[in-house]
Amino acid sequence: MAIAPQPQPLSPPLEPPSVLPECAGLPWRARVDEAGLRRVGAYWTLTTVAHVVPFTLAAIGLMLLNPLAAPVALVCLAHAWVIPELYAQRGANVLRPRGRADEEPERRAMGLLGDLVGHDARELHARTGLVLEPGRLGVWLVGEAGALLVPVSGRKVFSYCVKVDGRVQGASALPSGDRIAHLLLALRTDEQGFATVANLSFAGARWRLRRRMRREMRPALDAAVVAR
Amino acid sequence: MSKLIRMDHTGHSTVVEWSPDDPVAVEAAVEAFRAELDRGYLAMVTTGPGQAEQVRELPVEADLVILRLPISGG
Repeated sequence: MAIAPQPQPLSPPLEPPSVLPECAGLPWRARVDEAGLRRVGAYWTLTTVAHVVPFTLAAIGLMLLNPLAAPVALVCLAHAWVIPELYAQRGANVLRPRGRADEEPERRAMGLLGDLVGHDARELHARTGLVLEPGRLGVWLVGEAGALLVPVSGRKVFSYCVKVDGRVQGASALPSGDRIAHLLLALRTDEQGFATVANLSFAGARWRLRRRMRREMRPALDAAVVAR
Repeated sequence: MSKLIRMDHTGHSTVVEWSPDDPVAVEAAVEAFRAELDRGYLAMVTTGPGQAEQVRELPVEADLVILRLPISGG
């Protein structure tokens, strides 16, 4: 299905720059902006350091006190390694594909999604299952139940868990292409609102998350880094 | 011909089609549009590359209006 460019201006006039209506249900959340992302990124770095450093120091201390404590020291080092990895795994999980609908709905949904994005994004989605969408905060990779933000600068990525509201009837039966299209349209409407509504699952080093992503999805992250 | 589509379990369904210069069809389209909004759907129109807007009244001259469900943090 081909979608012709929309005529401008539309009639009746569109409302002022859209704010995602879903934001109204979360009045306690500060609207995400670049400064907010930096703050959150710094907080996550601090948290990671707070996990890694004590366990590492404990391992070193135990070894210095008594080499026979090596097994305990190893457990401490394992903790220092595993905890950030678990966070990264949680971040990567938001991109995992969900269940598939029947073939025909999937085909129709993919057709609509394909019409919403450009050729390059279509091709990338066919390879990786993720849609690359440039935004003001950075470049987004949109999946079926989450999105990854690669900011314009820095080496961090932000992983968001966000999906079609499961409390709404029919949400669970949507084909995968539609699930992505829902998120994509919301993102295009109000990028900051999108990031506000979504739950942050991970903010941290790109390399750490990349290792936890499915192998076929990693090229999408590489493409996002190049595109920013 | 303009089209109002709804993303649903079928991939997407065409709710109504109308021609902007056909008042009867427009009226029917507006009614169908409002009914979908009452069901909880949100209406979106693409306004340019990578841009979309939510509309609460049917943009009669738009070629395509897409209905989506609300999103939430997972």
